[in-house]
Amino acid sequence: MTVKHWLNLGVVGLLALFLWGAGRWLDEYQVRLLNNVAVFITLAVSYNLVNGVCGQLHLGPNAFITLGAYTAALLTMTPAEKAANFLITPLYWPLSQITLPFPLALLAGGLVAAACGFFTGFPVFRVRGDYLAIVTLGFGEVVRVLANNLQGLTNGPLGLKGLPPCTNLWWSWGVAVVTVAFITALVQSGYGRALKAIRDDETAARAMGLNTFRHLLLAYILSAFFFGVGGGLLAHLITTISPSLFTFLLTFNLLIIIVVGGLGSTTGAVLAAVLFTLAGEWLRVVEEPQVVLGLHIPGIPGMRMVIFSLLLLLVIIFFRGGLLGRREFSWEGLNDLCRRFLKI
Amino acid sequence: MMLLETRNLGRSFGGLLALDEFNLQVPEGGVYGLIGPNGAGKTTVFNLLSGFLKPTQGEIFFNRAKITGLPPEQITLRGIARTFQNIRLFQELSVLDNVLVGCQGLSRAAWWQAALRCPGYLREERAFVARSWALLLEAGLAAAAYDKAGQLPYGHQRRLEITRALAPAPRLLLLDEPAAGLNPQETRELMDFLRAIHQEHGLTILVIEHNLRLVMNLCQHLTVLDHGLTIAAGPPGEVRRHPEVIRAYLGK
Repeated sequence: MTVKHWLNLGVVGLLALFLWGAGRWLDEYQVRLLNNVAVFITLAVSYNLVNGVCGQLHLGPNAFITLGAYTAALLTMTPAEKAANFLITPLYWPLSQITLPFPLALLAGGLVAAACGFFTGFPVFRVRGDYLAIVTLGFGEVVRVLANNLQGLTNGPLGLKGLPPCTNLWWSWGVAVVTVAFITALVQSGYGRALKAIRDDETAARAMGLNTFRHLLLAYILSAFFFGVGGGLLAHLITTISPSLFTFLLTFNLLIIIVVGGLGSTTGAVLAAVLFTLAGEWLRVVEEPQVVLGLHIPGIPGMRMVIFSLLLLLVIIFFRGGLLGRREFSWEGLNDLCRRFLKI
Repeated sequence: MMLLETRNLGRSFGGLLALDEFNLQVPEGGVYGLIGPNGAGKTTVFNLLSGFLKPTQGEIFFNRAKITGLPPEQITLRGIARTFQNIRLFQELSVLDNVLVGCQGLSRAAWWQAALRCPGYLREERAFVARSWALLLEAGLAAAAYDKAGQLPYGHQRRLEITRALAPAPRLLLLDEPAAGLNPQETRELMDFLRAIHQEHGLTILVIEHNLRLVMNLCQHLTVLDHGLTIAAGPPGEVRRHPEVIRAYLGK
């Protein structure tokens, strides 16, 4: 164990202390917000693995999040709840009877998403660039349409209601910490170096003896797994899911997060996920009627999005590479920064 | 013993015959040259040998095994490494990381072993780092090890690309115009460097080059291509006086 490991453990310990305090003293709305932040950290960091580190414009995370959400939801609901939900077409047999504990259901959601990642990965990585974007986008739509129409599996557009509210601070942040730790460790290993090399020049990477297809497929499947788990968490946080929840807009939000954070930077993805989720709530203020300098301004619904777009424009104009570019947080970097700061 | 051998190698793009009836035999330890006017098919030969193109006819043998049609990464792992005419470094990675990626193809550790920092992976990584530093020292690039590869001066980028190609421990090195864009001083340094690695690593080298001084000095044997056909082959002194070669370069 080096100093760095102890520092990392210390941060996790502090986070645990914070969560314990948050669970005791914060109100329900704030706790929910914290949960949201954690889920978006999980999703953004795994999205960044494919889009930022490998440099492949993958536009289908909503597909894997859907798969994870539905799989986990169908496994945690009790048979009675399922029967109450599936009024028009009954749920297919073994699923209608099975109930699993929450962690197993999350894992199953991740595995189903990963399996789907494995099979779709073959056609997806036959193409690159814009074509890859279109193939993955199409895949996202396919899953949404299937979720709408496979009534016996997903209850169609009605969605699933009354999921057990299993997602608490410990689960959401636990998964977020594991995701960040695992993906950071992978990116900083020889494997991650190979992924970055593929991003920079795939032809040269092949000439170096790297099987680029297998490397990309691996990153794609791993991200799919974490999307699935994140989807399961999201489902049990909202407790009501329907296909309309997992449209391309969800992918788009994640894309904004990783671009604002800096494509390729895990630290940036975490930071932007926190900012994005919290800003979305804080900006609700501007949609309420208020009096500014004696002027009465009626509440304008959607005003939030206008301000959000303006903020985005500012980031695009002034921070071309996102807030952090490709920089990452490191204890060494922090040490250097402190020293420079103290000298001046 | 012949390390590399092609038999009637050919490649056409639609109706265009880029290379035809190409026969080359490179013995182990030799430095062979491939020259010819622009568009003669030299780079096509390299792309066929390194697996980036599939031949439309003929066979390639390396170390007595048929490697025709294998994908590039497998050919590299069998011992043929290459550089590119337009430098293809991993621009955003550090100089050291560029060479480390070159070693990565030799890696035996699985991804999960890498992510979980298993002992096998750590041992392998230490060996790769040591190997990369040794290569960088040899190339005189160690001082720039932590700089971004894309920010190196042009001559150093060329040199780094060759160093990176040595990382997967090849037996045959394919150099595509290594002296392109270098000034005479840099070209001399490159020649010394190539001689050094040729001896140190027991390499066989096949080089495409327009710089005749480099070619005449370095190569024991030249093959001259024009319009996809081999018009002459032999020792440099002989080839430079060959009437077909003079015609191809200067016209009648």
